[in-house]
Amino acid sequence: MDEQLRHELGRQGIFVTTLEELYNWGRKNSLWPLGFGLACCAIEMIATSMARFDLARFGAEVFRPSPRQADLMIVAGTVTKKMAPQVVRLYNQMAEPKYVIAMGACAISGGPFKQGYNVLKGIDRYLPVDVHIPGCPPRPEALLDAFMALQQKIAQQSLTGEHRPRHLRADVPGEFPVPVFGAHDLQPPSNPQVWSAPQMRRGEGA
Amino acid sequence: MTPDHAHQKAGGGGEGTLPQAWGGPSYELRSSPEGDGGLLEISMGPQHPSTHGVFRMDVVLDGERVVKLKPVFGYLHRNHEKIGEGTTYLGSMPYTDRLDYFCSLTNNWAYALAVEKLAGLEAPERAQYIRVITAELTRLQNHACLGGFLLQDMGASGTPLMYAFREREKILDLFESLTGARMMCNYMRFGGCRCDLPPGWLEQARTVVAEFPKFLDEFESLLNGNEILMSRTQGVGVLPRDLAINASITGPVLRASGVNYDIRKAEPYGIYDRFQFRVPLGDHGDVYDRYMMRVLEMRESIKILEQAMAAIPGGPIMDPKAKIRGFRPKAGEAYGRIEGPKGELGFYLISDGSPNPCRYRVRPPSFINLTVLEDMCLGHHVADVVVILGSVDIVLGEVDR
Repeated sequence: MDEQLRHELGRQGIFVTTLEELYNWGRKNSLWPLGFGLACCAIEMIATSMARFDLARFGAEVFRPSPRQADLMIVAGTVTKKMAPQVVRLYNQMAEPKYVIAMGACAISGGPFKQGYNVLKGIDRYLPVDVHIPGCPPRPEALLDAFMALQQKIAQQSLTGEHRPRHLRADVPGEFPVPVFGAHDLQPPSNPQVWSAPQMRRGEGA
Repeated sequence: MTPDHAHQKAGGGGEGTLPQAWGGPSYELRSSPEGDGGLLEISMGPQHPSTHGVFRMDVVLDGERVVKLKPVFGYLHRNHEKIGEGTTYLGSMPYTDRLDYFCSLTNNWAYALAVEKLAGLEAPERAQYIRVITAELTRLQNHACLGGFLLQDMGASGTPLMYAFREREKILDLFESLTGARMMCNYMRFGGCRCDLPPGWLEQARTVVAEFPKFLDEFESLLNGNEILMSRTQGVGVLPRDLAINASITGPVLRASGVNYDIRKAEPYGIYDRFQFRVPLGDHGDVYDRYMMRVLEMRESIKILEQAMAAIPGGPIMDPKAKIRGFRPKAGEAYGRIEGPKGELGFYLISDGSPNPCRYRVRPPSFINLTVLEDMCLGHHVADVVVILGSVDIVLGEVDR
């Protein structure tokens, strides 16, 4: 809508908005994270919700112990191969719309433990990650920055048309297959729906 | 109720075997006479709001009473020891930060101590003082957070933890200005410390330490005599003295059972023999005593800090013999141990003369203190299991490594 008209109406005490903006505004300011810590980063996540950094300013201080009540999963820490099926199962149990923040080097790529035989090399092999935060562990400010990035992402979602979010589309699944902790590795080692191995293209670019 | 009572109670009535899904050997279990003979097996964790990290317990319940408890580990097994054998000695130093991620500086010290024994290095005077100061600051923030988390488990949601984290942030500010990182300090080196204290650091640290007793007074006046805290913790999770010794429990959990054993006194490392401090001892070995141990230890840590900050000399911070490049200690083995905030933290290293350790073994206090969890929980309500687990003070990075 025309910005000048909106301004003019606002001066008359009439506030006009679209349903889409109202819907997204409500969603982005009441993200409830799942109270779910895996390793070191979880301590920084707790520190973020404490008095000095005060995650409550972003409407996200209500850490829910149950995945049914949460709509944001902060994967805070190293995901081991034994833990990965549980993480995917928790994600599946969350209600739509749901988002994932991969916090820290381990959750992104395995981090310093990448060479370990028991460490998953990034949770994005199984789950669609919305925001990645680098760091080992990331500072609380970085987590706040990730929150703001996620809020911007939510605010820009359109409710209709080609690019509407997943929870408004019937053809896109909101649940992902849970890998099995097999004898040698996770089966399957990654979910091709959300992740494909990066292609090395020689001779291009540069 | 003591564990003996629990066994008697569980052995009072009809027989029943555990469900097949349990796995392992099948235990003969009996239910209580007043019950309907059914036992309930529940799996707490790995995602549970009260387990500290990704820790899982298979609990078998008779009504509300715990008759069997089996800890399940490995959800955070990050191959620490295997990676340690594949990297150089110095390369393992950042990994030790991530063992017990609350207390990176004490982990650094234990590892540095083991390698110094192996290579025959000795940290100079000033570095020793810096190590004591940083280690005791680490102990302060670890114990403060433990109090907060323990109360959080008891349902005091938020407030004590907020108070504890407020103090922790002040100490983390000191760590950050000294080492550049809040949590993963990676500060100590073989034969000294990485860098000297920045200007003004000691004054800032003195202010933080001088203000800390105020926080402790507030914390204690709110909690120590609190009726809910006392009824939830006194007489709960009693760890008998003999069992504690036999299971090689260390740290505040051992001292709460009345055993006078603190490595800072028993086998002084660094310069701990120069400081005047007392070792608090418990009498009952229950959760309340374990909580009080931490509070009293914080008071003693403040005494050590005051003495160390008054006496710190100038001088170099690295042993001149120490070399970073081409560091190859001669073949041999060494065990370095310190009194970490959670108990005896030891590193056992075998060198074959190559740049990597041939064997790299961690003796984690949290893991070994967890072995008596079942004995402490038997016969108690399932809600008490949460409190008892909180009082052991585990960090999963160290338990699973």
